[in-house]
Amino acid sequence: MENEKPQPAPDCPGHNEARRTFLKQSSLLTALALAPGAVVRAAAAELDEKVAAAFEQVPLKLDVNGVKHKLSVEPRTTLLDLLREQLHLTGTKKGCDYGQCGACTVHVDGKRVNSCLTLAVMQDGRKITTIEGLANGDKLHPMQEAFIKHDGFQCGYCTPGQIMSAVACIREGHANSEGEIKEYMSGNICRCGAYPNIVAAIQEVRSGGQKV
Amino acid sequence: MKDQLLQDGKAVGDRMSRVDGRLKVTGGAKYSAEYELPGLVHGALVGSTVAKGRITSIDTKAAERAPGVLAVITHLNSPKVPGFAAKSNPDEPPAIGQPLRVFYDERIYFNDQPIAIVVADTLERARHAAGLVKAQYAAEAHQTNFEANKSKGFLPTQARRNPKSAQNDYTRGQADGYQSAPVKLEAEYWHESEMHHPMELQSIIAHWEAADRLTVYDKVQAVKGTQRAFAKDWGLPEQNVKVIATFVGGAFGNGLHNWPHETAAIIAAKVTGKPVKLMLTREQMFTMVGYRPKTWQRIAMGATKDGKLVGISHDSVGQTSTYEEFTESTVQQTRMMYAAPNVTTRYRILGLDVSTPIWMRGPGEATGAFALESAIDEMAHLIGMDPLEFRLRNHTDTDPEKNRPWSTKYLKECFQAGAERIGWNKRQMKPGSLREGDWLIGYGMGVGTFGANRGAAKARAALLADGTVLLQSATTDIGPGTGTAMVQIASDALGLPTDKIRFELGNSLFPQAPSQGGSSTVNTVGSAVNDACLALKKKLQELGGASFANVQPEQLTLADGQLGLKANGGPRLSFADLRKANNGQDVEVTVESKPSGDARQNYSMYSFSVHFAEVRVHTMTGEVRVTKMVSCADAGTIVNQKTAGSQMSGGAIGGIGMALTEGAVIDDRYGRYVTRDLASYHVPVHADAPPVEVFFVNKPDLLVDPLGTKGIGEIAIIGVAPAITNAIFNATGKRLRELPVTPDKVLLA
Repeated sequence: MENEKPQPAPDCPGHNEARRTFLKQSSLLTALALAPGAVVRAAAAELDEKVAAAFEQVPLKLDVNGVKHKLSVEPRTTLLDLLREQLHLTGTKKGCDYGQCGACTVHVDGKRVNSCLTLAVMQDGRKITTIEGLANGDKLHPMQEAFIKHDGFQCGYCTPGQIMSAVACIREGHANSEGEIKEYMSGNICRCGAYPNIVAAIQEVRSGGQKV
Repeated sequence: MKDQLLQDGKAVGDRMSRVDGRLKVTGGAKYSAEYELPGLVHGALVGSTVAKGRITSIDTKAAERAPGVLAVITHLNSPKVPGFAAKSNPDEPPAIGQPLRVFYDERIYFNDQPIAIVVADTLERARHAAGLVKAQYAAEAHQTNFEANKSKGFLPTQARRNPKSAQNDYTRGQADGYQSAPVKLEAEYWHESEMHHPMELQSIIAHWEAADRLTVYDKVQAVKGTQRAFAKDWGLPEQNVKVIATFVGGAFGNGLHNWPHETAAIIAAKVTGKPVKLMLTREQMFTMVGYRPKTWQRIAMGATKDGKLVGISHDSVGQTSTYEEFTESTVQQTRMMYAAPNVTTRYRILGLDVSTPIWMRGPGEATGAFALESAIDEMAHLIGMDPLEFRLRNHTDTDPEKNRPWSTKYLKECFQAGAERIGWNKRQMKPGSLREGDWLIGYGMGVGTFGANRGAAKARAALLADGTVLLQSATTDIGPGTGTAMVQIASDALGLPTDKIRFELGNSLFPQAPSQGGSSTVNTVGSAVNDACLALKKKLQELGGASFANVQPEQLTLADGQLGLKANGGPRLSFADLRKANNGQDVEVTVESKPSGDARQNYSMYSFSVHFAEVRVHTMTGEVRVTKMVSCADAGTIVNQKTAGSQMSGGAIGGIGMALTEGAVIDDRYGRYVTRDLASYHVPVHADAPPVEVFFVNKPDLLVDPLGTKGIGEIAIIGVAPAITNAIFNATGKRLRELPVTPDKVLLA
């Protein structure tokens, strides 16, 4: 699937212009930092808007589930928020924003990553796979099938992250025993407590020998 | 994967995979924050930094000037919510007081109380600008220290006003009659507040579709209750408020109340004229959406040397806020679980400068069972008796509280099945007897019970043109697999394969159903679905005319695309002909179903469970590992062995968290939680979860409902924590009475 999707951000000044403004404001701030307190306070109040406005949009190319995107994003935007809020790929879940729960797990160039802990701009040019891109058309990935069969979920919210992590866990060679699976899946929290069923699903896929 | 009827024609009891499984494993299931609406903007909350006092000034200038910001709303400029003037809100849980009125005035009742919402065009801009809002406070001395204030616990107002309230003091036989027993024990039990922490953060999209029409996509367990609450708040007819909760990413009780952030988003949508999405942060999940309250308990117990209970006294004080009286049934199972002639219970609550708690899985009972089942284990040890034998000697075949029979009770079957499966015979009477290297091994058990409740609900059933049946009811599914169970129930009632039936939920437009809580959804909504299916068949029979006139609906089936008799032969009518007889319309019925007769007055109805735990305790570090659990349930008919099994084992794993890791800690100097993320508040992870073997008695209780179900969700966790702490005692001889049992407590005990 080759599908160029340029997405110019609205209300966004040209990149060069924005960058110039940012640099100007940065030097001004440096100067202010050396000035007496009262002057800084007075000036800072006026500067709030301009400083903030100077956050530039950065161009970004991403391949998400085989679709090439040309994007323009704020540097502070996480990969997770980009996927959910701008690309509307909401299968990737937000559970903590601190890399503590694993609900946001995606594959970056085939490796599992907490998408809340990586800024989108850091992934320029990379291949991202989310839960929406795991199945082969209508044919579910073996891990998805195994999760259904073993009831590896209840509410379903952590499930995309568990599945992405589970696939990576096998690829990494970290699914050789129940204990090893549990250790290498412990970054993915399931509050419903579907853990034994998830481990059973991973063991079945691992022993099934299918390519994951 | 088509799920077919079993050979005996029964879908109920099948290990059917979830009807929404494919959506959940492909990312297709949409949760509250995941709806795309044109013009959608983002909200971010600002929380107070004091626990009590008044806002004296609030500076929003910088936030208002920040790029992309559309509005900054505080108590100074918020539109008035009409319902906030009312003194109480009848749609809230039965608490005295009023839910926090967000942005209503300058009062601060707890730390991180929402004081402003910033709305911006992007999430990043909203969150950044929220950080620019600065408030000044006239702080007042706050009280968040439970231990220091425990003596101020008071009888809940509902009990003072109503002598029949179950929250009143209770005495059977002699008050504190345990004192006359030859063997006595008295012990205190504590646990910290526990947070629900569903993986989905509390989220809402609020959308005013017109000045008097509100739609919310909201993470709630009650779409109808939420509809009524917001309609009342905004002075709207109920039908003008639509609540959508198609998928709920876990809740465990915290979706049973409407919280300040929901109204904050609704206000923000009103002010901006745009749909506003608000997703709480994990830190905010600690501070404003409920929790299992910190609780103190004292059990005093007396028994004879041959193991007969003489008396139990159970006292408890549970935490609540200063603006709502939250109560739960912490001490109530002590009245009915054992055949003790003298039982006294006293329940108090303590209002602190914190946000209001809410029921958390196994509410009250899970807390109470920790104390009661620990004390039972302690008494068994004191008199030198196996704790399973001690429980059997005090088993009761009638309800000693209400003096009436149980509708059903198969707890002894659970004991036997569980003891065999955990290997109870390996348990040594003398603590500390089993050891492997540096690990001490122990076994423990704990009993759980919860009311087998059934309420009223409606369901709609429609035979569609394509020959499938669509069912609708305004219940929710927070994870147990409600839709799957309903399809199985309908399949049997209609004689139609499960893949021809669809069940829709989570929408306030659907027929009335209560909240998904109290383990009662299958009992209540399942009965309504069953009745709706029977009514649909009856209507089809009527449309069928003379050929079906003398047939009972139970004899009819919809198999093979036609109405016919279950037995071979007899008349047959195709769905197409039936539609023709119905003027070409979908054949549709909506029925209400509720308990009838006097069974509920004549019988006591409860689910029962027993949990067995095998633990290993490290002698050097105090680390506790739960290495095996067996959970057995007397929960009536099991509609789906697969999903019910998952619910039971999930509850057991939740109980491991309650026992060993979960405790929200407040720094009383500031009245603010220091546990503020999942790295400081530990819920069980894969590595903490042992294999959990589940056993169901699976005998129907037809007095509870026509399906014979009793409910699973609560008993899955009630009794787990004491099973584990009792196992720790058996392993080490150390009695841990404060949850969570972290390694430091094991080492210092």
